[in-house]
Amino acid sequence: MGDMTKSNVKTVKRKATRREKKEWVAAYIFIAPLVIGLLVFYIYPFIQNFWFSFNDVNRFNITTFTGLENYKNLIKDKELFQTLGNTLKYVVITVPVGLALSILIATLLNTKIRGTSIYRTIYFLPSVTMSVAIALVWKWIYNGEFGILNSILGFFGIEGQNWLSNPKTALYMVMIVGIWMTVGYNMIILLAGMQGISRSYYEAAAIDGAGPFKRFFSITIPMLTPTIFFVMITSIISGFQVFDTIYMMIPKTSLAYESTQTLVMMFYRYAFDYGQKGYAAAIAIFIFAIIMLVTIFQFIMQKKWVNYD
Amino acid sequence: MHKRQSFQHIMIHIILLIGTGITILPFLWMVFTSFKTVGEAMSIPPTIFPKTFNFDSYKNILESLPFGRVYLNTIISTLVTVIGQITFCTMAGYAFARLNFPGKNIIFILVLSVLMVPGQIFLVPQYMIILKMGLLDSIPALFLPNLFSAFGTFMMRQFFTSIPKELEEAAMLDGCNRFQTFGRIMVPLVKSGIVALVIFTAKFAWNDFMWPMIVNTSPKMMTLGPSLSTLQGQYITDYPAQMAGAVMAVIPMVLLFFIFQKQFVEGVAHTGVKG
Repeated sequence: MGDMTKSNVKTVKRKATRREKKEWVAAYIFIAPLVIGLLVFYIYPFIQNFWFSFNDVNRFNITTFTGLENYKNLIKDKELFQTLGNTLKYVVITVPVGLALSILIATLLNTKIRGTSIYRTIYFLPSVTMSVAIALVWKWIYNGEFGILNSILGFFGIEGQNWLSNPKTALYMVMIVGIWMTVGYNMIILLAGMQGISRSYYEAAAIDGAGPFKRFFSITIPMLTPTIFFVMITSIISGFQVFDTIYMMIPKTSLAYESTQTLVMMFYRYAFDYGQKGYAAAIAIFIFAIIMLVTIFQFIMQKKWVNYD
Repeated sequence: MHKRQSFQHIMIHIILLIGTGITILPFLWMVFTSFKTVGEAMSIPPTIFPKTFNFDSYKNILESLPFGRVYLNTIISTLVTVIGQITFCTMAGYAFARLNFPGKNIIFILVLSVLMVPGQIFLVPQYMIILKMGLLDSIPALFLPNLFSAFGTFMMRQFFTSIPKELEEAAMLDGCNRFQTFGRIMVPLVKSGIVALVIFTAKFAWNDFMWPMIVNTSPKMMTLGPSLSTLQGQYITDYPAQMAGAVMAVIPMVLLFFIFQKQFVEGVAHTGVKG
């Protein structure tokens, strides 16, 4: 009898481990395609990019080790500071303006008016369309001679100009397109956040006699801070990587070229136009570092204003 | 009270309609211009409605660009990317959410770290890999790196985590093995997640620009985005032709959006809510 229980326990134990092993095998089969793909196309490239940044990679992709040369040149490169400045300007303006507009529209759509789903659909439309195509359209809208913008402005008695070739205005014009493309998308996320706020808060505030503005600033905004934080982080990251619209709207020959080039544009030019892939690899690391720093800073700052109750 | 409310509603509609106008006008301007003649497009002051609807610009770019081929390339690349990502991300997402295995945490952290790195870091080496594989200017070059997505895996993992464990255990007790449980029980339960990922991936793959522009440079192997950017050089002042190209590039995604509106909106809404 004692023997039997003993052997039973043994087989149960062995069965358990065999089942565990079966689970391991299954798990490895499930993750294998993804993990191999990520290793080959992302993790190995990540390491290789570091290596390239310490090398001179010429047009024929022959690498020669140059140590810190790329980085030394990079911190002396005026172009880097120019593009960094433009990128920061782009982020600092498009993110708050875009966020404010998306919050405004989400708030208006979070009321009991008719037709909210039609508005939602229309506002979302720009974010599903190809940025390259959109850039072509806006370039034509902005056209100094035949564009519709100048004739609309003319109607109000404002004199138009060549918006995209004027170094003073070009970047702002690109920003408008960037905001136009993303407001609807962020609005949807914020609206979902607003709809998640419990009605009882508003009812309590209504009893206290709080008007719509009071309710907005003392309930909606504080309760929405986690969603606002999420939208802010993703908008800042994508703002730092703006490329398609600028590439399409500002040709190399434009007078506004210098005043509109962003970090990713500079990276692209060095890697695939000038054939200096080592230098481009160092620029990519610089972009990575900047985004990292800004994101870490935001996560530290969130404790001060994001409300997770 | 009632009167005040309806006045408020009218004010809200007015603001929203202004926004709607700003959102929609560029699309109308694009469509209307594509039907104008070059002469009309460049008249001063500009006309809004085309005087006559003519299809010359569509004919022109269909003749001068391998547009059919470019369309096909974009469709193939988008389809393969979507199918690949859904398959691999769903499988891996399930394992990370539900199975225990040695090294799970380290591997998952590795996946997350890919998610946090801006794409430019990978581009030069990815290009070199495609070059060494001899795949520049080919269809596989368009989709290869995009088959694998850390974002999709993370998203699917979140969906699987939210499903009660009991359903899975019941299936296992009924004698299903892991793979049967996955295919028959778990995958149908995360359908809404899969739909959201299909939409994200399709939108991304269709509209992608820098990567296809880098790897495929001959006109016949391009996708729509890069091909449109060459259109700009070819038809410097032929705005109707440029707009016709833009219309054709934009239409499939817009149609898809109108058909799957609810899924698009819900998929996006979901990303912001901690899940």
